[in-house]
Parts: sequence; C-alpha cells; structure tokens
Amino acid sequence: MTMQTTGYNFAYLDEQTKRMIRRAILKAIAIPGYQVPFASREMPMPYGWGTGGVQVTAAILGHSDVLKVIDQGSDDTTNAVSIRKFFGKVAGVATTTKTAEATIIQTRHRIPEAPLREDQTLVYQVPIPEPLRFLEPRETETRTMHALAEYGLMHVKLYEDIARHGHIATTYAYPVEVAGRYVTDPSPTPKFDNPKMDMCAALQLFGAGREKRIYAIPPYTPVRSLDFEDHPFAVQQFAEPCALCAARGVYLDEVILDDRGKRMFVCSDTDHCEERRAAGHHGAMLDTAPQAIAGTR
Amino acid sequence: MYVAVKGGERAIENAHRLLAAKRRGPTDTPEISVEQIDSQLALSVDRVMTEGSLYDRGLAALAIKQARGDLIEAIFLVRAFRTTLPRFGVSEPIDTAAMDAERRVSATFKDMPGGQVLGPTFDYTHRLLDFTLATNGEAPPSPAEADELVGGMPRVTDLLDAQSLIERETDDGAEAGDLTREPLDFPADRDLRLQALARGDEGFLLALGYSTQRGFGRTHAFTGEIRFGEIEVEFAPEELGFAVPLGRISLTECQMVTQFTGSAEQPPQFTRGYGVAFGQSERKAMSMAMVDRALRAKEFDEEAKSPAQDEEFVLTHSDNVAATGFVEHLKLPHYVDFQAELQLLRRLREEHAEREDDGMREAAE
Repeated sequence: MTMQTTGYNFAYLDEQTKRMIRRAILKAIAIPGYQVPFASREMPMPYGWGTGGVQVTAAILGHSDVLKVIDQGSDDTTNAVSIRKFFGKVAGVATTTKTAEATIIQTRHRIPEAPLREDQTLVYQVPIPEPLRFLEPRETETRTMHALAEYGLMHVKLYEDIARHGHIATTYAYPVEVAGRYVTDPSPTPKFDNPKMDMCAALQLFGAGREKRIYAIPPYTPVRSLDFEDHPFAVQQFAEPCALCAARGVYLDEVILDDRGKRMFVCSDTDHCEERRAAGHHGAMLDTAPQAIAGTR
Repeated sequence: MYVAVKGGERAIENAHRLLAAKRRGPTDTPEISVEQIDSQLALSVDRVMTEGSLYDRGLAALAIKQARGDLIEAIFLVRAFRTTLPRFGVSEPIDTAAMDAERRVSATFKDMPGGQVLGPTFDYTHRLLDFTLATNGEAPPSPAEADELVGGMPRVTDLLDAQSLIERETDDGAEAGDLTREPLDFPADRDLRLQALARGDEGFLLALGYSTQRGFGRTHAFTGEIRFGEIEVEFAPEELGFAVPLGRISLTECQMVTQFTGSAEQPPQFTRGYGVAFGQSERKAMSMAMVDRALRAKEFDEEAKSPAQDEEFVLTHSDNVAATGFVEHLKLPHYVDFQAELQLLRRLREEHAEREDDGMREAAE
C-alpha cells in the first residue's frame, strides 16, 4: 500500500500548486477564521468528497509525516479508506489509525476524543465554508458582512430557534467566533466537538475544495460557540455510556440492532474506543455485539 | 452494510472489481475500441473535450469508455488529468473568420458572402428510428463534394459591425484570466464568465438559455451565425518572438445578435452574445451565447432579476463536476450529524408531549 506510483509528483499536486496552497494557508493562519480564496484544483476524487482537505494535506505533507484519516470519527468508513489509500499511493507516507501516532489527521465531521498535541495538525474537510451561507446565499453580501463584522443575522437566527423551540436548534456546524473576530463554520462536526477547538494545541486547517476556500485556527486560539447569556452554549449529553468501552462524555453513534427497536450506542471515535478496550475497559455489550460493530475480539 | 465499522477497505476493492466487470459487459460481445468511440460517438467526445477543458480526442474517448458512457463522469476523468498538466502559456487568439468551415448558417440573412453551408446536421432529419442501423445495414452513400469556396467566409457580426449596427468589440490587450489558476471572484469580468460558461454543463446552460426565451430575462436573440470547422492554433513562445502553429482543432462558434440598446451618448445598436465549444457542439455554443448575453444585463442597464442574469447564481452552479460531486456526496455517511439531529428531534418531541400533557391536565382541572 505504501508503494509510490510513478508518474505523479509526491502527494499528487505539482510543487507550484503546493506553494500556492501554502501561501493561502499562511494567510489563513495570519487571519484566524478568515476564509482565504485559493485556486482549488480538480482532484481525482469528486468535489464534496474531501478535495479541500486532500489539497491542504497534500500541500503540508512531508516524507516523515504519519497520516490518519477519519470520517464520522472512524478510520474504516469507505471515504476515509479511499483517501488514506490515495496518499499511501501518491505520497508513500506512513499511515496510522492511532490518533496519538499521527502528525496529520484529516477528518470529516469529527474531532478525535483524545486531546491533540502541538506537533499535530488537524485538517478538516469542509463542504460549505461560509457560516452565513444559509442566511444569505450571495458571496458578495456575506463577504461584506464579514468585513464589517456584521453578524446580527446569525444572532437573529439563533434567537428565532429559541423563540420557536425553547433552545438553539443547531446541532452540527454550530457557528463559532474565532479569536474574537470572525464568525466561522467549524465544518459539519457535531456541536459536541466545538469546545475541543478552543485553545487547541494543534494547528487546525480547513479546506473547502469546491468552494475554493481555506481557513485556519492557529494553536491556542480562543474559539467561542455563539450563544446568549440566558441561553448558554451546551453540548449534547448521552444518557448511557459506550456499549463497548463504557466511555462517558464522548460522542456516540446509535446502531440499530433489529427491526424491533433494539439499539446500542457506541463510540463514534473508533480509535478512542479500541484504545480504551485495550486498556481493559469493558462495556455492557462488548461480548454480545455483532462483529461488524465490535470488530475482532 | 456500506459503512461497517470494519471491512470498508475490502468492500471498496470488491465494488471496483465488480465495476470493472460491468464496464466490460459480456465477453462474448467484442470490446468497443477507443477509435470507434472517437469516430462513431464523435459528438460525445466533443462534449467531453469541451466541458473537460482539454482538446484531446483520444483521451476523451478513453474517458467515455472508462466511464461506461457516463459523460459527466468522463468529463471528470478528463478534468482530473488536465489539472496535473503544466501550463506553458496562452495561445494566440484564433481567427474564426479564417475557419475551414464545414458548416455555417445564419438565421439573420438569407444569404451572405460565403453562403449558407448546412454541413453534417441533424436539422431537417426526421427523427425516425433507423432500424437498418440496428442490423449494421447498408453503408451510407458517399457525401457530396462542395464547390471551391471563393472570397472567404466573413463573420456575419463583422458585416453588421462594418455598418456600425452592432456594438464594436475591441481587444483591450489585457491578459485573459484563468479560473482554473485563480479563484473566481465576483463580480467577474467577461473573460472569466465566458471561460466558466465554456466549461459549464450543457444541460444547465440549455435550460438557462431557454428560460430567457420564455421571459425570464428576455434578450430577443437572433442566431447571427453558427460556424463549425477546423482552425489552426498558434503559440508564440517568448524566446522565439514569433508565433508557430501548434496544430488544428475543430470548434463551433455561435454569435447571437440580440436586442439593441441606446443611450443619450450612444445611438441604438444590436448587442452580442458569444458562445464557443470544441468540436461540433451547437446546442452548447448557442446556449452559452444566450447566457453570455443575459449575464451582460448590468452593462446595458437592464433590470436583472432572472436566474440567467444572475452572475453568482449561474457561475457558481454551472460546473457539472462540482455539482455532481456535491450532490453525490450525500451518499457518504452522515451518521454523526444525523445522530445530533435525531437527539434534538427526540428532545423536541418529548417537550412537545409534556406540553400537551400539561394542557390536558389544565383543561381537566
């Protein structure tokens, strides 16, 4: 799997393109949360399937890097497998499923449960980088709104949620304010993960290929989820622990076991779950869960 | 189970093996060759080259074969190949008046220098299924020979221009932009708009062009001219200082002559819409020309409130590779976000039920 295919440059993109992307990344780091336009290339996987993240990873990847790719928190979902194999093929870098071993983690929809370190970079795949897009479809308008820090529309939206439902009804891609300035889309991670972005030790890079935008949250940057004094931001709580590793305070996936409503809840972060099980933690259904869920015991 | 916690890798491999077998089809029928696709499905090749933004018949035919005839998938394959190619520079502007035209028709004049040349066209055919083709019937009769063209074939718009009846287009010498190298910015200049339209999805542009005919941004278009044929492309390398021919490409050009405007300063004139595509892609070139004109609404102080006149709407949604990727990404697992929505929905339903209960109790009391 780590055999490099000839005919393409290291990590697929040519060096000029990588330089162009690195310039965009540097600008993004200099202006935390600001969306930097970049000349996104066509990639050999479809737009909307992580081309932004793949381009960012390709631009920062070095020979000594260890790459981890997750989708929905899992290393074994089809698209994560596909992207990991892509870099194994075109860059020949070492890949891993262990969060602690990775230097670059490309992710879709989750932030790993284990705290990230200064020597790690988290690369997010972003479908719609503009947090204001569904309030205002026009780029020319939203750009002006960001320039003027005119975020009233977003607060009105959150307020209307409270008026209608009693609480804010945004559960993922929950808008954040980065370094006290730009309102930023955290990508469609569940809001459960938002607090992990705040003062994170790792560099967080966001790539949106189809929308041609890169943005960044430098290490140790304050990231605040938008809320109101009387309706403070709160993350999802799960009533029961992981059925496999008994973890609490982690994000869980619901797995339907039969057609009579039998369900189980398991860690979304599969590496975290495996590490815990290896350390001797034992969930209620570890011995009875189907093998497709629990893996080899 | 397509997203089992384990085993995704083997499932993908198996799916791709199955795909390869399906692409080949039953082995007792002969395999279709790239040359056959190039020559007998030539219009598919033309479309893939146009929207793939790469003039290479062989690669486009290969892409169609690999994509099992799915043209958008083929366009995607060509684009992903094109993106890895180095860019040497920009060719000299092509002179379509010097085209070796196989077809040239104008709807605005009965006759003009160079004449009406129908060429190979579906127009005026009766759309009746030809069952002899199903049995690999008779060889078609050999095509008739045309008389030698004398006196060239000037563009109809140039003839109008000579009488100042149509807006004059001049080269301001500025280098044309390239949206594959620089991100598209709004408002976009016409060069970038035309590039986006040339790469844009034929069906999308067809529908938008059609919408302008039905009152959503009317431009009163006339087909000034459509021409299709071969033309030489020249490139001037910096170190050489003069242009050298790179080769010949075939392309279709459409110039729409649209409603006239005038102002206090300017006498009334016809305006233009421009369309161009590789190979014989008339529908695409015509649609493109109509949408190009519709997008120029602001330039002519026209009220712009229809989709075809809305630059952001048109240009951000015309690329079928981007569109198909994002639409089809909905096939990817989204269970983490769905879980978040599921949780919220259950909570909202619980709260709703509690409110109902309270209401019932109050009513009973």
